Amino acid sequence: MAAEFLVAQDVSYRYAARRGVESAAVLAHFAVSLTEGEFFCLLGPSGCGKTTVLNLMAGFLEPTTGALTLAGRPITGPGIDRTVVFQGDDALFTWLRTIDNVAFGLRMRGMPKERRHAIAREYLHLVHLDGQENKYPAELSGGMKQRVQIARVLATDPKILLMDEPFGALDAQTRARLQDELVEIWRKTSKTVVFVTHDIAEAILLADRIGVMSKGPGSTLAAVIPVDLARPRRRSSPGFGEAWERINALIENEEAGRQ
Amino acid sequence: MTEPNLAPPTLASDAEPAAHRWRPADLVGKLKTDHLIYAASIIGMIVLWQVVATTFFKPQFFPTPPQVLAAGQEMLASGELFEHIGISMQRILTGFLIGSAIAAPMGLLMGAVPVVRAIFDPYAQFFRFVPSLAWLTPVVLWFGIGEISKVLIIVYTTAFIVLINTMVGVSHIAPNKLRAAACLGATPFKAFLHVTLPATLPFILTGMRLAMGNSFATVVAAEMIAADSGLGYLIFNSRLWMATDKIFVGIVCLGTLGLITDRFFRYLVIRFAHQYGPIE
Repeated sequence: MAAEFLVAQDVSYRYAARRGVESAAVLAHFAVSLTEGEFFCLLGPSGCGKTTVLNLMAGFLEPTTGALTLAGRPITGPGIDRTVVFQGDDALFTWLRTIDNVAFGLRMRGMPKERRHAIAREYLHLVHLDGQENKYPAELSGGMKQRVQIARVLATDPKILLMDEPFGALDAQTRARLQDELVEIWRKTSKTVVFVTHDIAEAILLADRIGVMSKGPGSTLAAVIPVDLARPRRRSSPGFGEAWERINALIENEEAGRQ
Repeated sequence: MTEPNLAPPTLASDAEPAAHRWRPADLVGKLKTDHLIYAASIIGMIVLWQVVATTFFKPQFFPTPPQVLAAGQEMLASGELFEHIGISMQRILTGFLIGSAIAAPMGLLMGAVPVVRAIFDPYAQFFRFVPSLAWLTPVVLWFGIGEISKVLIIVYTTAFIVLINTMVGVSHIAPNKLRAAACLGATPFKAFLHVTLPATLPFILTGMRLAMGNSFATVVAAEMIAADSGLGYLIFNSRLWMATDKIFVGIVCLGTLGLITDRFFRYLVIRFAHQYGPIE
Protein backbone atom coordinates (compact mmCIF):
# COMPACT_ATOMS: atom_id res chain seq x y z
CA MET A 1 0.00 0.00 0.00
CA ALA A 2 1.37 3.39 -0.99
CA ALA A 3 1.69 6.24 1.49
CA GLU A 4 -1.24 8.43 2.39
CA PHE A 5 -1.93 10.93 -0.33
CA LEU A 6 -5.16 12.88 -0.08
CA VAL A 7 -6.46 12.83 3.48
CA ALA A 8 -9.54 14.32 5.10
CA GLN A 9 -9.35 14.27 8.90
CA ASP A 10 -12.49 14.60 10.98
CA VAL A 11 -13.93 17.16 8.58
CA SER A 12 -17.24 18.87 9.23
CA TYR A 13 -18.93 21.43 7.11
CA ARG A 14 -21.91 23.61 8.01
CA TYR A 15 -23.73 26.14 5.95
CA ALA A 16 -23.84 29.47 7.74
CA ALA A 17 -27.18 30.41 9.28
CA ARG A 18 -29.33 32.84 7.34
CA ARG A 19 -32.41 34.68 8.48
CA GLY A 20 -35.09 32.07 9.05
CA VAL A 21 -32.72 29.24 8.17
CA GLU A 22 -30.71 27.54 10.86
CA SER A 23 -27.13 26.59 10.28
CA ALA A 24 -27.19 23.18 8.64
CA ALA A 25 -24.57 20.48 9.06
CA VAL A 26 -23.73 18.94 5.70
CA LEU A 27 -20.79 16.84 6.85
CA ALA A 28 -19.86 15.66 10.34
CA HIS A 29 -16.74 13.71 11.27
CA PHE A 30 -15.99 12.92 7.66
CA ALA A 31 -12.71 11.13 7.21
CA VAL A 32 -11.07 9.43 4.25
CA SER A 33 -7.58 8.59 3.14
CA LEU A 34 -6.72 8.06 -0.51
CA THR A 35 -3.58 6.52 -1.92
CA GLU A 36 -1.79 7.87 -4.96
CA GLY A 37 -3.00 6.47 -8.25
CA GLU A 38 -6.20 4.91 -6.99
CA PHE A 39 -9.65 5.30 -8.49
CA PHE A 40 -11.94 6.22 -5.63
CA CYS A 41 -15.70 6.51 -6.03
CA LEU A 42 -17.77 8.51 -3.58
CA LEU A 43 -21.21 6.95 -3.56
CA GLY A 44 -24.32 8.19 -1.85
CA PRO A 45 -27.88 9.40 -2.26
CA SER A 46 -28.64 12.85 -3.68
CA GLY A 47 -28.14 15.65 -1.19
CA CYS A 48 -25.80 13.68 1.09
CA GLY A 49 -22.93 16.09 0.58
CA LYS A 50 -20.83 14.27 -2.02
CA THR A 51 -20.33 17.46 -3.99
CA THR A 52 -19.42 19.29 -0.79
CA VAL A 53 -16.66 16.75 -0.17
CA LEU A 54 -15.38 17.33 -3.69
CA ASN A 55 -15.54 21.11 -3.28
CA LEU A 56 -13.57 20.81 -0.06
CA MET A 57 -10.95 18.67 -1.79
CA ALA A 58 -10.80 21.17 -4.65
CA GLY A 59 -10.33 24.01 -2.19
CA PHE A 60 -13.48 25.87 -3.26
CA LEU A 61 -14.82 25.53 0.29
CA GLU A 62 -13.10 25.55 3.66
CA PRO A 63 -14.04 22.95 6.27
CA THR A 64 -15.80 24.29 9.36
CA THR A 65 -13.65 22.01 11.48
CA GLY A 66 -11.01 19.42 10.60
CA ALA A 67 -8.43 19.56 7.84
CA LEU A 68 -7.65 18.22 4.39
CA THR A 69 -4.12 17.53 3.31
CA LEU A 70 -2.50 16.51 0.06
CA ALA A 71 0.82 14.66 0.46
CA GLY A 72 1.06 16.15 3.93
CA ARG A 73 0.42 19.75 2.92
CA PRO A 74 -2.88 21.38 3.93
CA ILE A 75 -5.34 22.30 1.18
CA THR A 76 -6.07 26.02 1.49
CA GLY A 77 -7.53 26.89 -1.88
CA PRO A 78 -7.87 25.77 -5.49
CA GLY A 79 -4.67 24.48 -7.03
CA ILE A 80 -3.51 23.05 -10.32
CA ASP A 81 -2.64 19.76 -8.63
CA ARG A 82 -6.39 19.11 -8.18
CA THR A 83 -8.58 19.91 -11.16
CA VAL A 84 -12.30 19.39 -11.37
CA VAL A 85 -14.53 17.90 -14.04
CA PHE A 86 -17.88 19.51 -13.31
CA GLN A 87 -21.29 17.93 -13.54
CA GLY A 88 -22.91 20.32 -16.00
CA ASP A 89 -21.57 21.81 -19.19
CA ASP A 90 -21.61 25.37 -17.82
CA ALA A 91 -17.96 25.07 -16.81
CA LEU A 92 -16.74 25.16 -20.40
CA PHE A 93 -15.68 28.51 -21.82
CA THR A 94 -18.32 29.03 -24.48
CA TRP A 95 -16.37 31.76 -26.28
CA LEU A 96 -13.34 29.55 -26.83
CA ARG A 97 -12.90 26.86 -29.43
CA THR A 98 -12.47 23.30 -28.17
CA ILE A 99 -8.71 23.46 -28.52
CA ASP A 100 -8.46 26.70 -26.55
CA ASN A 101 -10.70 25.28 -23.83
CA VAL A 102 -8.30 22.37 -23.49
CA ALA A 103 -5.26 24.66 -23.66
CA PHE A 104 -6.66 27.14 -21.10
CA GLY A 105 -4.64 25.88 -18.14
CA LEU A 106 -1.43 25.89 -20.20
CA ARG A 107 -2.16 29.43 -21.32
CA MET A 108 -2.51 30.47 -17.69
CA ARG A 109 1.05 29.24 -17.23
CA GLY A 110 2.21 31.44 -20.07
CA MET A 111 2.99 28.62 -22.48
CA PRO A 112 3.31 29.87 -26.08
CA LYS A 113 0.36 29.18 -28.37
CA GLU A 114 1.99 26.66 -30.66
CA ARG A 115 3.21 24.47 -27.83
CA ARG A 116 -0.02 24.55 -25.86
CA HIS A 117 -2.03 23.77 -28.98
CA ALA A 118 0.22 20.81 -29.72
CA ILE A 119 -0.34 19.47 -26.22
CA ALA A 120 -4.07 20.19 -26.37
CA ARG A 121 -4.26 18.23 -29.62
CA GLU A 122 -2.67 15.22 -27.92
CA TYR A 123 -5.28 15.28 -25.19
CA LEU A 124 -8.10 15.78 -27.67
CA HIS A 125 -6.80 12.67 -29.37
CA LEU A 126 -6.78 10.84 -26.04
CA VAL A 127 -10.47 11.61 -25.49
CA HIS A 128 -11.34 10.78 -29.12
CA LEU A 129 -12.10 14.31 -30.22
CA ASP A 130 -9.77 14.51 -33.21
CA GLY A 131 -11.05 16.97 -35.76
CA GLN A 132 -13.25 18.86 -33.29
CA GLU A 133 -10.64 21.39 -32.21
CA ASN A 134 -12.16 24.38 -34.00
CA LYS A 135 -15.72 23.90 -32.80
CA TYR A 136 -17.27 25.97 -30.04
CA PRO A 137 -18.83 24.17 -27.04
CA ALA A 138 -22.34 25.04 -28.27
CA GLU A 139 -21.65 22.93 -31.36
CA LEU A 140 -20.76 19.80 -29.37
CA SER A 141 -22.99 17.06 -27.95
CA GLY A 142 -23.28 16.45 -24.21
CA GLY A 143 -20.83 13.55 -24.33
CA MET A 144 -18.33 15.54 -26.36
CA LYS A 145 -18.52 18.43 -23.91
CA GLN A 146 -17.64 16.13 -21.01
CA ARG A 147 -14.74 14.77 -23.08
CA VAL A 148 -13.52 18.33 -23.56
CA GLN A 149 -13.70 18.85 -19.79
CA ILE A 150 -11.67 15.69 -19.21
CA ALA A 151 -9.08 16.71 -21.81
CA ARG A 152 -8.96 20.19 -20.29
CA VAL A 153 -8.08 18.95 -16.81
CA LEU A 154 -5.61 16.34 -18.09
CA ALA A 155 -3.74 18.92 -20.19
CA THR A 156 -2.58 20.70 -17.04
CA ASP A 157 -1.23 17.39 -15.71
CA PRO A 158 -2.79 17.49 -12.23
CA LYS A 159 -2.09 14.90 -9.55
CA ILE A 160 -5.76 14.36 -8.87
CA LEU A 161 -8.88 14.43 -10.99
CA LEU A 162 -11.96 15.43 -9.05
CA MET A 163 -15.04 14.39 -10.99
CA ASP A 164 -18.52 15.46 -9.90
CA GLU A 165 -21.06 13.11 -11.48
CA PRO A 166 -19.53 13.95 -14.85
CA PHE A 167 -21.67 11.51 -16.78
CA GLY A 168 -24.91 12.07 -14.86
CA ALA A 169 -26.64 14.01 -17.61
CA LEU A 170 -25.69 11.71 -20.48
CA ASP A 171 -27.74 9.00 -22.17
CA ALA A 172 -27.01 5.41 -21.14
CA GLN A 173 -24.95 4.47 -24.19
CA THR A 174 -22.75 7.56 -24.20
CA ARG A 175 -22.34 7.13 -20.49
CA ALA A 176 -21.18 3.53 -20.82
CA ARG A 177 -18.69 4.48 -23.53
CA LEU A 178 -17.27 7.34 -21.49
CA GLN A 179 -16.95 5.08 -18.43
CA ASP A 180 -14.83 2.69 -20.47
CA GLU A 181 -12.77 5.51 -21.89
CA LEU A 182 -12.24 7.04 -18.48
CA VAL A 183 -10.87 3.77 -17.07
CA GLU A 184 -8.60 3.54 -20.11
CA ILE A 185 -7.36 7.11 -19.60
CA TRP A 186 -6.85 6.49 -15.90
CA ARG A 187 -4.73 3.44 -16.68
CA LYS A 188 -2.67 5.33 -19.25
CA THR A 189 -2.08 8.43 -17.12
CA SER A 190 -2.06 6.80 -13.65
CA LYS A 191 -3.77 9.79 -12.06
CA THR A 192 -5.59 9.63 -8.76
CA VAL A 193 -9.32 9.95 -9.43
CA VAL A 194 -12.08 10.93 -7.03
CA PHE A 195 -15.35 10.23 -8.79
CA VAL A 196 -18.68 11.26 -7.29
CA THR A 197 -21.75 9.28 -8.30
CA HIS A 198 -25.10 8.09 -6.99
CA ASP A 199 -25.10 5.12 -9.35
CA ILE A 200 -23.97 1.88 -7.66
CA ALA A 201 -23.24 0.15 -10.95
CA GLU A 202 -21.13 3.03 -12.18
CA ALA A 203 -19.10 2.96 -8.97
CA ILE A 204 -18.47 -0.79 -9.29
CA LEU A 205 -17.45 -0.47 -12.94
CA LEU A 206 -14.93 2.25 -12.22
CA ALA A 207 -13.58 2.13 -8.70
CA ASP A 208 -10.70 0.49 -6.86
CA ARG A 209 -12.50 1.45 -3.69
CA ILE A 210 -15.98 2.78 -3.07
CA GLY A 211 -16.67 5.18 -0.22
CA VAL A 212 -20.32 4.89 0.75
CA MET A 213 -21.67 8.03 2.35
CA SER A 214 -24.41 8.07 4.92
CA LYS A 215 -27.57 10.05 4.39
CA GLY A 216 -27.53 13.69 5.47
CA PRO A 217 -27.75 15.96 7.31
CA GLY A 218 -24.36 15.61 8.92
CA SER A 219 -23.29 12.78 6.68
CA THR A 220 -20.10 10.89 7.06
CA LEU A 221 -18.27 8.08 5.33
CA ALA A 222 -20.23 4.99 6.38
CA ALA A 223 -17.98 2.38 4.80
CA VAL A 224 -15.14 1.94 2.34
CA ILE A 225 -15.51 -1.10 0.15
CA PRO A 226 -12.69 -2.39 -2.03
CA VAL A 227 -13.74 -3.64 -5.47
CA ASP A 228 -11.35 -6.35 -6.57
CA LEU A 229 -13.05 -7.42 -9.79
CA ALA A 230 -10.71 -7.85 -12.73
CA ARG A 231 -10.61 -5.07 -15.32
CA PRO A 232 -12.02 -4.40 -17.85
CA ARG A 233 -15.30 -4.81 -16.00
CA ARG A 234 -18.73 -5.41 -17.42
CA ARG A 235 -22.08 -5.58 -15.74
CA SER A 236 -21.93 -9.26 -16.67
CA SER A 237 -18.51 -9.75 -15.03
CA PRO A 238 -18.45 -12.48 -12.39
CA GLY A 239 -18.91 -10.95 -8.96
CA PHE A 240 -20.55 -7.77 -10.26
CA GLY A 241 -24.04 -8.76 -9.11
CA GLU A 242 -22.82 -9.76 -5.66
CA ALA A 243 -20.94 -6.51 -5.25
CA TRP A 244 -24.02 -4.57 -6.30
CA GLU A 245 -26.24 -6.43 -3.81
CA ARG A 246 -23.76 -5.92 -1.02
CA ILE A 247 -23.44 -2.19 -1.54
CA ASN A 248 -27.16 -1.76 -2.08
CA ALA A 249 -27.88 -3.58 1.18
CA LEU A 250 -25.38 -1.36 2.92
CA ILE A 251 -27.08 1.78 1.66
CA GLU A 252 -30.52 0.45 2.60
CA ASN A 253 -29.33 -0.43 6.08
CA GLU A 254 -27.81 2.98 6.40
CA GLU A 255 -31.10 4.60 5.48
CA ALA A 256 -33.11 2.30 7.74
CA GLY A 257 -30.75 2.98 10.63
CA ARG A 258 -31.30 6.69 10.30
CA GLN A 259 -35.05 6.58 10.60
CA MET B 1 -45.85 30.04 -51.28
CA THR B 2 -42.75 31.93 -52.36
CA GLU B 3 -40.57 29.72 -50.16
CA PRO B 4 -39.13 27.05 -52.47
CA ASN B 5 -36.13 26.99 -54.77
CA LEU B 6 -34.81 30.48 -54.50
CA ALA B 7 -31.35 29.02 -54.25
CA PRO B 8 -29.82 26.94 -57.02
CA PRO B 9 -30.09 23.21 -56.29
CA THR B 10 -26.33 22.68 -56.65
CA LEU B 11 -25.71 24.84 -53.61
CA ALA B 12 -27.99 22.70 -51.47
CA SER B 13 -26.36 19.44 -52.55
CA ASP B 14 -22.86 20.82 -52.07
CA ALA B 15 -23.61 21.78 -48.49
CA GLU B 16 -22.35 19.45 -45.78
CA PRO B 17 -24.95 16.85 -44.92
CA ALA B 18 -26.44 15.70 -41.61
CA ALA B 19 -24.25 17.49 -39.08
CA HIS B 20 -25.58 20.95 -39.85
CA ARG B 21 -28.94 21.99 -38.55
CA TRP B 22 -29.46 24.52 -41.30
CA ARG B 23 -27.97 24.92 -44.72
CA PRO B 24 -26.84 28.16 -46.30
CA ALA B 25 -29.49 27.63 -48.97
CA ASP B 26 -32.24 27.62 -46.35
CA LEU B 27 -31.02 30.91 -44.97
CA VAL B 28 -30.97 32.54 -48.41
CA GLY B 29 -34.52 31.36 -49.02
CA LYS B 30 -35.66 32.59 -45.60
CA LEU B 31 -34.03 35.97 -46.00
CA LYS B 32 -35.63 36.54 -49.37
CA THR B 33 -39.07 35.67 -48.08
CA ASP B 34 -38.58 37.93 -45.08
CA HIS B 35 -37.39 40.76 -47.29
CA LEU B 36 -40.45 40.49 -49.50
CA ILE B 37 -42.68 40.73 -46.45
CA TYR B 38 -40.70 43.70 -45.15
CA ALA B 39 -41.08 45.50 -48.47
CA ALA B 40 -44.80 44.77 -48.67
CA SER B 41 -45.26 46.00 -45.11
CA ILE B 42 -43.45 49.27 -45.80
CA ILE B 43 -45.40 49.92 -49.00
CA GLY B 44 -48.63 49.19 -47.15
CA MET B 45 -47.77 51.65 -44.40
CA ILE B 46 -46.97 54.41 -46.91
CA VAL B 47 -50.34 53.85 -48.61
CA LEU B 48 -52.10 53.94 -45.22
CA TRP B 49 -50.25 57.16 -44.36
CA GLN B 50 -51.42 58.75 -47.62
CA VAL B 51 -55.04 57.69 -47.01
CA VAL B 52 -55.16 58.85 -43.37
CA ALA B 53 -53.41 62.16 -44.15
CA THR B 54 -55.69 63.11 -47.02
CA THR B 55 -58.94 61.81 -45.47
CA PHE B 56 -58.78 63.14 -41.91
CA PHE B 57 -56.34 66.07 -41.85
CA LYS B 58 -55.57 69.34 -43.51
CA PRO B 59 -52.37 69.08 -45.61
CA GLN B 60 -50.48 71.56 -43.42
CA PHE B 61 -51.23 69.47 -40.31
CA PHE B 62 -50.36 66.06 -41.70
CA PRO B 63 -48.23 66.08 -44.84
CA THR B 64 -48.61 63.23 -47.33
CA PRO B 65 -45.67 61.03 -48.38
CA PRO B 66 -45.11 62.91 -51.68
CA GLN B 67 -45.02 66.24 -49.80
CA VAL B 68 -42.47 64.89 -47.34
CA LEU B 69 -40.43 63.42 -50.17
CA ALA B 70 -40.43 66.76 -51.98
CA ALA B 71 -39.37 68.62 -48.85
CA GLY B 72 -36.67 66.06 -48.24
CA GLN B 73 -35.33 66.41 -51.80
CA GLU B 74 -35.24 70.17 -51.45
CA MET B 75 -33.35 69.93 -48.17
CA LEU B 76 -30.95 67.39 -49.66
CA ALA B 77 -30.26 69.66 -52.60
CA SER B 78 -29.54 72.65 -50.35
CA GLY B 79 -27.23 70.51 -48.17
CA GLU B 80 -29.29 71.42 -45.11
CA LEU B 81 -30.37 67.84 -44.40
CA PHE B 82 -26.88 66.34 -44.42
CA GLU B 83 -25.70 69.08 -42.13
CA HIS B 84 -28.35 68.22 -39.54
CA ILE B 85 -27.83 64.48 -39.91
CA GLY B 86 -24.06 64.84 -39.70
CA ILE B 87 -24.06 66.92 -36.54
CA SER B 88 -26.66 64.75 -34.77
CA MET B 89 -24.84 61.52 -35.65
CA GLN B 90 -21.56 63.02 -34.52
CA ARG B 91 -23.05 63.91 -31.13
CA ILE B 92 -24.67 60.50 -30.75
CA LEU B 93 -21.61 58.46 -31.71
CA THR B 94 -19.14 60.53 -29.70
CA GLY B 95 -21.28 60.38 -26.57
CA PHE B 96 -22.18 56.75 -27.11
CA LEU B 97 -18.59 55.64 -27.55
CA ILE B 98 -17.26 57.64 -24.62
CA GLY B 99 -20.14 56.51 -22.41
CA SER B 100 -19.61 52.84 -23.31
CA ALA B 101 -15.84 53.12 -22.87
CA ILE B 102 -16.34 54.43 -19.33
CA ALA B 103 -19.27 52.25 -18.30
CA ALA B 104 -18.19 48.81 -19.51
CA PRO B 105 -14.92 48.64 -17.53
CA MET B 106 -16.65 50.28 -14.57
CA GLY B 107 -19.49 47.73 -14.70
CA LEU B 108 -16.99 44.88 -14.90
CA LEU B 109 -15.11 46.16 -11.88
CA MET B 110 -18.30 46.79 -9.93
CA GLY B 111 -19.57 43.33 -10.79
CA ALA B 112 -16.35 41.53 -9.95
CA VAL B 113 -14.90 43.50 -7.02
CA PRO B 114 -17.27 43.84 -4.03
CA VAL B 115 -15.47 46.90 -2.62
CA VAL B 116 -15.77 48.83 -5.86
CA ARG B 117 -19.39 47.83 -6.07
CA ALA B 118 -20.10 48.97 -2.51
CA ILE B 119 -18.56 52.35 -3.22
CA PHE B 120 -20.31 53.11 -6.50
CA ASP B 121 -23.53 51.14 -6.43
CA PRO B 122 -25.55 53.76 -4.48
CA TYR B 123 -24.75 56.34 -7.16
CA ALA B 124 -25.44 53.96 -10.03
CA GLN B 125 -28.79 53.05 -8.52
CA PHE B 126 -29.65 56.70 -7.79
CA PHE B 127 -28.63 58.37 -11.02
CA ARG B 128 -30.02 55.78 -13.37
CA PHE B 129 -33.49 56.99 -12.37
CA VAL B 130 -32.63 60.61 -13.12
CA PRO B 131 -33.21 61.12 -16.84
CA SER B 132 -30.46 62.90 -18.71
CA LEU B 133 -32.75 65.75 -19.66
CA ALA B 134 -33.16 66.69 -16.02
CA TRP B 135 -29.48 67.63 -16.19
CA LEU B 136 -29.81 69.76 -19.28
CA THR B 137 -30.03 73.13 -17.57
CA PRO B 138 -27.20 72.55 -15.06
CA VAL B 139 -25.02 71.09 -17.78
CA VAL B 140 -25.61 74.07 -20.06
CA LEU B 141 -24.89 76.42 -17.15
CA TRP B 142 -21.65 74.61 -16.36
CA PHE B 143 -20.39 73.79 -19.85
CA GLY B 144 -22.12 76.30 -22.09
CA ILE B 145 -24.37 75.55 -25.05
CA GLY B 146 -21.55 74.11 -27.16
CA GLU B 147 -20.94 70.56 -28.26
CA ILE B 148 -19.55 69.49 -24.89
CA SER B 149 -22.92 69.81 -23.19
CA LYS B 150 -24.76 67.73 -25.76
CA VAL B 151 -22.09 65.04 -25.85
CA LEU B 152 -22.05 64.90 -22.04
CA ILE B 153 -25.80 64.37 -22.00
CA ILE B 154 -25.40 61.42 -24.39
CA VAL B 155 -22.49 60.04 -22.36
CA TYR B 156 -24.72 60.12 -19.27
CA THR B 157 -27.61 58.42 -21.05
CA THR B 158 -25.38 55.69 -22.44
CA ALA B 159 -23.28 55.09 -19.36
CA PHE B 160 -25.94 53.95 -16.93
CA ILE B 161 -27.58 51.53 -19.33
CA VAL B 162 -24.26 49.94 -20.26
CA LEU B 163 -23.14 49.94 -16.62
CA ILE B 164 -26.21 48.16 -15.29
CA ASN B 165 -26.21 45.61 -18.12
CA THR B 166 -22.52 44.88 -17.58
CA MET B 167 -23.05 44.34 -13.86
CA VAL B 168 -25.94 42.00 -14.56
CA GLY B 169 -23.69 40.16 -17.01
CA VAL B 170 -20.99 39.64 -14.39
CA SER B 171 -23.53 38.29 -11.90
CA HIS B 172 -24.79 35.83 -14.53
CA ILE B 173 -21.46 34.06 -15.00
CA ALA B 174 -21.81 30.42 -13.99
CA PRO B 175 -19.78 29.95 -10.77
CA ASN B 176 -18.37 26.74 -12.27
CA LYS B 177 -16.61 28.76 -14.98
CA LEU B 178 -14.71 30.76 -12.38
CA ARG B 179 -14.04 27.65 -10.32
CA ALA B 180 -12.76 25.83 -13.39
CA ALA B 181 -10.46 28.76 -14.18
CA ALA B 182 -9.18 28.80 -10.59
CA CYS B 183 -8.27 25.13 -10.56
CA LEU B 184 -6.68 25.45 -14.01
CA GLY B 185 -4.26 27.93 -12.50
CA ALA B 186 -5.86 31.30 -13.24
CA THR B 187 -5.01 34.02 -10.75
CA PRO B 188 -7.97 36.28 -9.83
CA PHE B 189 -6.71 38.88 -12.29
CA LYS B 190 -6.31 36.35 -15.12
CA ALA B 191 -9.74 34.90 -14.36
CA PHE B 192 -11.16 38.42 -14.67
CA LEU B 193 -9.40 38.94 -17.97
CA HIS B 194 -9.98 35.52 -19.51
CA VAL B 195 -13.36 34.54 -18.02
CA THR B 196 -15.29 37.48 -16.56
CA LEU B 197 -14.61 39.80 -19.47
CA PRO B 198 -15.48 37.46 -22.36
CA ALA B 199 -18.41 35.91 -20.50
CA THR B 200 -19.87 39.37 -19.93
CA LEU B 201 -19.33 40.63 -23.46
CA PRO B 202 -22.82 39.66 -24.75
CA PHE B 203 -24.37 41.68 -21.91
CA ILE B 204 -22.13 44.66 -22.61
CA LEU B 205 -23.07 44.57 -26.28
CA THR B 206 -26.77 44.26 -25.46
CA GLY B 207 -26.46 47.24 -23.12
CA MET B 208 -24.73 49.22 -25.86
CA ARG B 209 -27.46 48.38 -28.29
CA LEU B 210 -30.14 49.57 -25.88
CA ALA B 211 -28.10 52.67 -25.08
CA MET B 212 -27.85 53.49 -28.78
CA GLY B 213 -31.65 53.75 -28.93
CA ASN B 214 -31.73 56.02 -25.91
CA SER B 215 -28.97 58.16 -27.38
CA PHE B 216 -31.17 58.88 -30.39
CA ALA B 217 -34.04 59.90 -28.16
CA THR B 218 -31.81 62.05 -25.98
CA VAL B 219 -29.96 63.90 -28.74
CA VAL B 220 -33.25 65.09 -30.20
CA ALA B 221 -34.49 66.40 -26.89
CA ALA B 222 -31.16 68.09 -26.19
CA GLU B 223 -31.10 69.72 -29.62
CA MET B 224 -34.65 70.94 -29.23
CA ILE B 225 -33.70 72.91 -26.16
CA ALA B 226 -30.13 73.95 -26.69
CA ALA B 227 -28.84 73.87 -30.24
CA ASP B 228 -28.92 75.59 -33.59
CA SER B 229 -28.27 72.48 -35.63
CA GLY B 230 -29.11 68.79 -35.70
CA LEU B 231 -32.27 66.80 -36.37
CA GLY B 232 -33.83 67.78 -33.05
CA TYR B 233 -33.30 71.44 -33.87
CA LEU B 234 -34.74 70.86 -37.34
CA ILE B 235 -37.90 69.30 -35.90
CA PHE B 236 -38.35 71.87 -33.16
CA ASN B 237 -37.50 74.90 -35.26
CA SER B 238 -39.80 73.85 -38.11
CA ARG B 239 -42.78 74.15 -35.79
CA LEU B 240 -42.30 77.93 -35.73
CA TRP B 241 -43.00 78.02 -39.46
CA MET B 242 -45.67 75.30 -39.40
CA ALA B 243 -43.34 73.38 -41.72
CA THR B 244 -44.86 70.00 -40.87
CA ASP B 245 -43.31 68.47 -43.98
CA LYS B 246 -39.84 69.30 -42.60
CA ILE B 247 -40.80 67.84 -39.22
CA PHE B 248 -41.71 64.62 -40.97
CA VAL B 249 -38.44 64.64 -42.90
CA GLY B 250 -36.69 64.85 -39.52
CA ILE B 251 -38.79 62.01 -38.09
CA VAL B 252 -38.19 59.74 -41.08
CA CYS B 253 -34.46 60.48 -40.94
CA LEU B 254 -34.26 59.63 -37.22
CA GLY B 255 -36.08 56.34 -37.65
CA THR B 256 -34.01 55.37 -40.65
CA LEU B 257 -30.70 56.32 -39.08
CA GLY B 258 -31.61 54.48 -35.88
CA LEU B 259 -32.55 51.39 -37.85
CA ILE B 260 -29.37 51.48 -39.95
CA THR B 261 -27.17 52.01 -36.88
CA ASP B 262 -28.84 49.17 -35.04
CA ARG B 263 -28.51 46.78 -38.00
CA PHE B 264 -24.89 47.74 -38.41
CA PHE B 265 -24.27 47.11 -34.72
CA ARG B 266 -25.96 43.73 -34.93
CA TYR B 267 -23.93 42.88 -38.01
CA LEU B 268 -20.70 43.67 -36.17
CA VAL B 269 -21.78 41.52 -33.23
CA ILE B 270 -22.70 38.58 -35.42
CA ARG B 271 -19.57 38.98 -37.52
CA PHE B 272 -17.03 39.37 -34.73
CA ALA B 273 -18.57 38.14 -31.48
CA HIS B 274 -21.03 35.40 -32.44
CA GLN B 275 -19.32 32.80 -30.26
CA TYR B 276 -19.73 34.91 -27.15
CA GLY B 277 -23.46 34.31 -27.11
CA PRO B 278 -26.62 35.39 -28.84
CA ILE B 279 -27.62 39.04 -29.12
CA GLU B 280 -31.29 39.68 -29.68
